[in-house]
Amino acid sequence: MSETVTETPAPEAEDHSHDHPSDWAYIKIALVLGVLTGLETFTYFETVLDWGDFLIPSLLFMMVIKFWLVATWFMHLKFDNSIFSRMFVGGLVLAVGVYVIALATFEFWER
Amino acid sequence: MAIIEEPLALETGSPGTVDQPLGMLTRPKGGNGWRDWVSTVDHKKIGIMYGVAAMFFFVVGGIEALLIRVQLAVPDGQVLSAGLYNQLFTMHGVTMVFLFIMPLAAAFANYLIPLQIGARDVAFPRLNALSFWIWISGAVFVNSSWFLGGGADCGWFCYSPNSGVTFSPGNGVDFYVFGLLIAGIASMVSSINLIVTVLNMRAPGMHLFRMPVLTWMLLVTQFLLVFALPVITVALFLLMFDRLFDSQFFNPEAGADPLLWQNLFWIFGHPEVYIIILPSFGIISEIIPTFSRKPIFGYSFMVFSGIAIGFMGWGVWAHHMFVSGIGPMSVAAFSLSTMFIAVPTGVKILNWLATMWGGKLRFSTAMLFAVGSIAMFTIGGVSGVTHALAPADTQQTDTYYIVAHFHYVIFGGGVLGLMGGAYFWWPKIFGHMLDETWGKVHFWVMLIGMNLTFGPMHVLGLQGMSRRIDTYAAGFGFEAWNMVATIGSFVIAFAVLIFFVNVYRSYKAAPSLPAPGPDPWDARSLEWMVPSPTPEHNFDEIPVVESEDEWWHRKYGYDEDNRVVRIATIEEAAQDGSAVGVHLPAPSFWPLVVAVGMPLIAYGLMFTLWLTVVGGALTAFGLYSWALEPVDDPDADHGHGDGHHGDGDDDHDDGGDTDEPTMAGVTAGDDAGGE
Amino acid sequence: MATATVDTALDTAHEDHGSSTGISNTKLAMWVFLGSECLLFGGLISTYLLYKTRRGPGPTNLAIPTDVFDIPFTSVSSFVLLMSSLTMVLALSALTRGDNAATRTWLLATATLGGVFIGGQVYEFTTFLREGVGFTSNPASSAFFTLTGFHGVHVSMGILMLMSLYVASVQGNLTPKNTETVEIVGLYWHFVDVVWIFIFTVIYLIPA
Repeated sequence: MSETVTETPAPEAEDHSHDHPSDWAYIKIALVLGVLTGLETFTYFETVLDWGDFLIPSLLFMMVIKFWLVATWFMHLKFDNSIFSRMFVGGLVLAVGVYVIALATFEFWER
Repeated sequence: MAIIEEPLALETGSPGTVDQPLGMLTRPKGGNGWRDWVSTVDHKKIGIMYGVAAMFFFVVGGIEALLIRVQLAVPDGQVLSAGLYNQLFTMHGVTMVFLFIMPLAAAFANYLIPLQIGARDVAFPRLNALSFWIWISGAVFVNSSWFLGGGADCGWFCYSPNSGVTFSPGNGVDFYVFGLLIAGIASMVSSINLIVTVLNMRAPGMHLFRMPVLTWMLLVTQFLLVFALPVITVALFLLMFDRLFDSQFFNPEAGADPLLWQNLFWIFGHPEVYIIILPSFGIISEIIPTFSRKPIFGYSFMVFSGIAIGFMGWGVWAHHMFVSGIGPMSVAAFSLSTMFIAVPTGVKILNWLATMWGGKLRFSTAMLFAVGSIAMFTIGGVSGVTHALAPADTQQTDTYYIVAHFHYVIFGGGVLGLMGGAYFWWPKIFGHMLDETWGKVHFWVMLIGMNLTFGPMHVLGLQGMSRRIDTYAAGFGFEAWNMVATIGSFVIAFAVLIFFVNVYRSYKAAPSLPAPGPDPWDARSLEWMVPSPTPEHNFDEIPVVESEDEWWHRKYGYDEDNRVVRIATIEEAAQDGSAVGVHLPAPSFWPLVVAVGMPLIAYGLMFTLWLTVVGGALTAFGLYSWALEPVDDPDADHGHGDGHHGDGDDDHDDGGDTDEPTMAGVTAGDDAGGE
Repeated sequence: MATATVDTALDTAHEDHGSSTGISNTKLAMWVFLGSECLLFGGLISTYLLYKTRRGPGPTNLAIPTDVFDIPFTSVSSFVLLMSSLTMVLALSALTRGDNAATRTWLLATATLGGVFIGGQVYEFTTFLREGVGFTSNPASSAFFTLTGFHGVHVSMGILMLMSLYVASVQGNLTPKNTETVEIVGLYWHFVDVVWIFIFTVIYLIPA
């Protein structure tokens, strides 16, 4: 790292365009996202296919995949300093944990 | 909105002459007088303003407490009506928590964090000013309720459905809701700012595990704030929608669940307890090593126990709700987690004691407060563990036993620690010492006062006296202890008076006394290496940190027998504050303008909508002007002249970084700004 | 300059715990803010989940949001918002290349898609109102309108930011030097998108 870079922690200092994915990669991700959304919508028409007990797990699975794709690729978490991921994932995990427990005190999950 | 933290550079020693043709307000220049204070972005001045305002609200909240105690001094008290009593205990709690302890901790955080990590300012100096002005506008707003129909009367926890329009038809609860929302925005901005400051602005060599324990505890506190505030924000919005727009969140008749409020409130409320106490823990962790002449015992244990408290604080909230019918599973789980959280707290207490063990103790006023704080906190902690046992808690809930417990924790653990911090850092902040004799009298009177006030409440609670009831009948055995508590409350008030007299006398006496110098206590962390009071630019030269307790190691080394020897005098090791030409962030009026609009929006929603339009316009105007302001920076060769996208989103800003010299450790006089 | 050299050494040695140089203050602040937003939306989503079947007093045939969901319509809205994330990254990518015309196009496309989403939400809300599900009807509807309303306000703020970037670009103030500004607005925009990914599944698709 050159001295100029150290003294100017401006955008230039973290120019990591070389490891940024290409536009085509972004378009491929978007295609996957679109297909997943299509699949999710498809589950709504239950008459076509009976998903049974797999409905909710598969919906949640597709949601997590979509969430993960946007966060890692579009939001660059995959390529960026891990401290950003820690801040975000920290909030996310805390939110899920706390609210799942809070709903448990209402016996929400037993319905 | 692009609150660009691209400061207009002003140089120390040369009052700026930067003109600002855009916007209606002329760009403020460096200087003295009130303009300097209302436009400052200096973390030290902001810290002082937080401290002064917090002490003002301490007096306000104290007067409320004294009125409560006068009412309860004798059975069938007639001083206050039941309604006014409800308002007083509510506003006492709100004032002390949100307008006294939190801002007083913010005062220390603002003043000390940049100094302790070796920075010239916080990461976003203007957002820092914005936090202060929003907070004070919220504080004034909440207290304006006294003149506009009365304060909130729902308790500081404001349980539904008591907080609904049916049971609280006045505007008091609306003041509570909007006031806390406004203060919440302030804390949110401030906590993000301080987190970025600690993570990103440290001096060269200042690893996370070389930071002073105070900085660590304040960092944990900011994380708690940043994650807890959104939860209360949700709760407050739901309540506001219920009260103003007839939604059905807390209306049991419509099938709503009042426990929703309790859960949301305490998910925020329990971390809030640690938000109150951890800064005090940090202060104690600075004072005790200094006056024991030993490094803190088990530094990493201290840090990790603080982090552990921060984490575990999220898993215990329902212990506030044991009697609300949340079911045996929930009660058992939260009972266990609550017992466990005592462990890291116990680690801290043991480490403080071990730090003192074998040390060369000096009982200055600050040390007395620190030790007193530990002792009182331990009493409160032990009674706290008794609440963790659900069967015992069922007996204690809503009695004075709880009141006794949390006052020992918050007043004993929190306020005494913060007072100790005031005595400790006073010379650094104001350049003169507080009188030690008066200080020791202050300590002892305050300690006796608080034990007289809150000690008897343990007994009253176990005898069955209920909280939040405006009076009690004779013949239950409550009379004697209530009288003692009332006398005690006036002793505390007297102690606070002694403090103010001490402040005044010490100020008057200062010119005739020798200056304290940079390091009057022979202390350990970096803030003591700069002159007292701290020069505007903090450090002449950003220090390169090589160890924990850096400042101490610059003064002391070891001889061949591994004995501590002095290697440099304070004068040799300290900086003399003589640097000129250090780039500092330029002052701005816009944070104040943005902040003033917010209470107007709230008044408008409560009384007459056009005020909302005025307030919204003012805030938007302030944000937009703020975004435009740095464009004319003659030194702005960073190319951030773009970022004026107004979004009104106060928690987010874009644009460049703050003053680069701070981050890059550029030495004084390098006024090219490292570019 | 000795300090700077030391700084550099530490930077490399301690990159993993956020060294004091190298990452941008503003970007870090944005990520902390987004972490905290998780708690905000978590609270609103939990409130809705708790209340989603509470129809209010009186006869139990009062309508709740799940009765009137139009899943095909919402799917299209969701798809529109997802695609706006794509145009957002393309805008950033164009700016990095220094292609100002493409940057403007993609910024405008992102704002437009966001606008279409908001339009869809307005349409959805008015339809619900017509079908008897109002803000004050019952706890379920209050929670639904509050949650989706908060999300809508977030999207609207994002549109304002995008339009400001667009204006800045037209004025020639948006250059490759400002990629970080666009990146940070983008982070906010993608976050609003992932929140909707969550809402779409948990609120709309999972049956009551």
